[in-house]
Amino acid sequence: MSKYETVIGLEVHVELATATKIFCSCPTEFGKEPNTHVCPVCLGLPGSLPVLNKRVVEFAIKAGLALNCEIPRFAKFDRKNYFYPDLPKAYQISQYDLPLAVNGHLEFELNGETKRVGITRVHLEEDAGKLVHAQFADYSLADYNRTGVPLIEIVSEPELRSPEEAKAYLEKLKSIIQYTGISDVKMEEGSLRCDANVSIMPAGSKEFGTRSEIKNMNSFKAVQRGLAYEVERQREVLEAGGRVVQETRRWDEHKGITYALRSKEEAHDYRYFPDPDLVPIIVETAWVEEIRQSLPEMPDARRKRYLKQWGLSEYDATVITASKSMADFFEATLAEYHDAKAVANSLLGEVLKYLNAQGIEIQQTKLTPSHLAELLKLQDDGTISGKIAKTVFEEMFNSGKGPAEIVKEQGLVQISDQDAIAAIVAQVIADNPKSVADFKAGTEKALGFLVGQVMKISQGRANPEMVNQLLREKLQ
Amino acid sequence: MKLTSKEVAHVASLARLEMAEDEMEKFAGQLNAILEFADKLNRLETKDILPTAHVLPLNNVFREDRVTPGLESKAALLNAPEAEEGMFRVPRVIE
Amino acid sequence: MLEQCTVAEALERLEKKEISALELTEAALRRVEAVDESVKAFVTVTKNEALAAAALVDAKRLSGEAMPLLAGIPMALKDNLCTKGVLTTCSSKILDNFKPPYDATAVELLRDAGAVLLGKTNLDEFAMGSSTENSAFFTTRNPWDLERVPGGSSGGSAAAVAADEVCFALGSDTGGSIRQPAAFCGVVGMKPTYGRVSRYGLIAFASSLDQIGPFTKDVRDCAIVMNAIARYDARDTTSVPMETPDYTAQLSGGVKGLRIGVPQEYFAAGIDQDVRNAVQQALAVLVALGAEAEEISLPHTDYGIAVYYLIAPAEASSNLARYDGVQYGYRAEADNLLEMYQKTRSRGFGSEVKRRIMLGTYALSSGYYDAYYLKASQVRTLIKQEFAEAFKKFDLILTPTAPSTAFPVGTVEDPLTMYLNDICTIPVNLAGLPALSMPCGFVNNLPVGLQLIGKPFAEATILRAAYAYEQHSGLIKQKPALSGKGVPQDEQI
Repeated sequence: MSKYETVIGLEVHVELATATKIFCSCPTEFGKEPNTHVCPVCLGLPGSLPVLNKRVVEFAIKAGLALNCEIPRFAKFDRKNYFYPDLPKAYQISQYDLPLAVNGHLEFELNGETKRVGITRVHLEEDAGKLVHAQFADYSLADYNRTGVPLIEIVSEPELRSPEEAKAYLEKLKSIIQYTGISDVKMEEGSLRCDANVSIMPAGSKEFGTRSEIKNMNSFKAVQRGLAYEVERQREVLEAGGRVVQETRRWDEHKGITYALRSKEEAHDYRYFPDPDLVPIIVETAWVEEIRQSLPEMPDARRKRYLKQWGLSEYDATVITASKSMADFFEATLAEYHDAKAVANSLLGEVLKYLNAQGIEIQQTKLTPSHLAELLKLQDDGTISGKIAKTVFEEMFNSGKGPAEIVKEQGLVQISDQDAIAAIVAQVIADNPKSVADFKAGTEKALGFLVGQVMKISQGRANPEMVNQLLREKLQ
Repeated sequence: MKLTSKEVAHVASLARLEMAEDEMEKFAGQLNAILEFADKLNRLETKDILPTAHVLPLNNVFREDRVTPGLESKAALLNAPEAEEGMFRVPRVIE
Repeated sequence: MLEQCTVAEALERLEKKEISALELTEAALRRVEAVDESVKAFVTVTKNEALAAAALVDAKRLSGEAMPLLAGIPMALKDNLCTKGVLTTCSSKILDNFKPPYDATAVELLRDAGAVLLGKTNLDEFAMGSSTENSAFFTTRNPWDLERVPGGSSGGSAAAVAADEVCFALGSDTGGSIRQPAAFCGVVGMKPTYGRVSRYGLIAFASSLDQIGPFTKDVRDCAIVMNAIARYDARDTTSVPMETPDYTAQLSGGVKGLRIGVPQEYFAAGIDQDVRNAVQQALAVLVALGAEAEEISLPHTDYGIAVYYLIAPAEASSNLARYDGVQYGYRAEADNLLEMYQKTRSRGFGSEVKRRIMLGTYALSSGYYDAYYLKASQVRTLIKQEFAEAFKKFDLILTPTAPSTAFPVGTVEDPLTMYLNDICTIPVNLAGLPALSMPCGFVNNLPVGLQLIGKPFAEATILRAAYAYEQHSGLIKQKPALSGKGVPQDEQI
């Protein structure tokens, strides 16, 4: 039994995939040249004024609903005042006391158990710009393309109890948000960002310990590592008789440590007050219902349906439904092919292997559900073997051609003609007397070698079962 | 509510203003006079009064999610005190 | 004298081709050259652009095209209105080299209406002040007495119209910054209902209070300019989606049966007796013309200044935080970022601006927000409700615009004393109501201003009453006896 309990709360920022920024009509898409997706509003030029993007509000409400939140009737924007070069107005338009969504929850699975974590709030805010720090130079450069990109901040209750839980929560959160379609939630591209508040307390205690805020964890793995490090660091501090300081710390991926930011940060006094340039949002029930209707089937519901409808294993169903595009692909394939297990095996086997190796998602390959169905049928009717299928897959991913076409082009049709195989078998037996002798003497391995030789001559196309069968017959 | 010099200094730092000792004292005096004047508001009972954040009864003012042309980067950088590579240059932020 | 034309007169003469736009602009420029050394209304005079714009108007008229609303009329704009490519300084060191890459909506509308920009006028720095003495550059002088202030913060615009340097000007009004200088300079000045004129491109002082409005020589002109600028603007969230009425349509409707409320609090001891008398006489004229007047009480009037001097600085402290030397304006030399911020802002801002930033920052700061900003916002509701209650019974509320006539330059040093200048005008901004100031008499040859306050979006009613009074009083015929280079002493039309 551990002496200390860990308490973690996560603040996750999600970039919304609207066409334009939250308060102006500049594009949100990545701008290659700096300061080219800007206007007086997002630059904060004197005299400029914000106007709210309606789609941004819809997306935020959608996220709140997907996270089982209440959507209060009345919401507003507040100014969060602080000075930093990436913040043109020296205030960020955010939401302080009346956010768009509150009191939600999320459930995730870890080690076979389901855990529920509360979502305190989901609120809207505008993103800041980017600062480029020239190495070893005494200046920074500011690019405001990203200023004003719409963000939602999702704040969890401090109910996560370990770095593993934090990672599982994050993965589930990403999956849910991905299903809503409001963001492509890619941590590696910055459309999903995670900060953590972490503290430890004596086991069984009712009072939370002092917490530190950890920033700059840029992948799920980093989140887990960073939190694990920080928990340990705090434990050491307490064990040594010291006290944990409430501060903001930065995770250093290379050194594998967190370090306190040296800036003379007086505890921030953001002097929040309602933004007088924007008017309140009254969220009518009808509007909320309209948005609720537009939500697709969420991951948990979909997973449960898969267990029932196709009898998949818990594991298979979980992995497939974690990504909406994968699950969509799965169902589309089953529209043309009957065996759910075979499709699942394919997706979780060859396909997933390829996706992970390339670091991409299924919709980024040229593979189509029809083609997968076709491939499985070709295997079923013996046209190709499982081994050949792997070759065909590679080609399908890259070229987008159908399996039948590929098999024809590359002459991969399986040879199942007895006479043809018998001929090759006879040749191999004749050419490899030593192996033949070895096999007859009892070395099973020698058969494998002979099979291999047949496969080699047939360019992998000989039906493996038949080869085995015929070889054994001939070597009796 | 009497502002001490220390509080005035804190407020100045929040506002990124710096000033000499004597200027600070003069400000403290003036600010205190104004705040004392504003104390008269406490004579009024406002327990159940909603604050006015907007004089207009406007709500739900929105914009369509459509791109319209903004500023060319040259125009954006026109007034930049210091610029480099199409970006605004500032002294290094101490992290 | 051509430059003494009102907008309406100029439009008529231009249409009849009695004069050309170029002649009109040249006359205005000559006048500027003659008197502005003394009046000092202008920060920037856009001579070449003005001449080019005027020539363009003449060419257009020659080609037979339909002429827009204000074609060829020389105008001035307060220097806190963004003008594309033209210096916009807010009379502050921190923006003394700033050229906006865009026009304010009101500016765009006037350009589209064919008005000719003669230049940008002086103001109290960032519109904070009641005398234009807080300008970082120089103090504009009152054309009626060059030793006195023109009022503020739109002193330059008021003076430019009063001195016949332009036919009309735009100012901004947050706590009285159009009406009070209009009163001090003997011209007509209107603050529209909050939300009536777009704030896009108006460099913000206090966002929930700021409004742009016209300075003109008479009431009809005011209506004409309002027709041009009172438009819904999708770029300003606080702009009201309403049609623009024709403000000139019912000018001569008269005041028969118009119910006028006269709040006793605005005629109390803090107001000069002479001012009160002049305003009472104006009221008597309106009653003689058929209006019904009744004394009323607006007991929360007294709290207006306290409310304003918490809310306005609070909003200003946030609005002015962007002046940090990063993207535009003055930047101080510094070794690190913090130093850059502090030196830039400390050197770039004048003391009144700094004072208000400090006050506002304090009012919003942790631990004090409830006691100051929130409390003030609640009392604001009371003031707003009080007016709304009064307007159930009355069409207009009549008061003096300012507690005195123009005071001499350099005589009011104490900030709080200066703030008391706004006692009659501030409550109107707090409630978001429309109001107009017009001359109603003289005390020692200094103009006295009459304020007419209306219901939300009832500018037409205000203008109608103002017009009726003006037609009767004949005050528009009086001009300041400005002595400048080659300007005759006598200025009677």
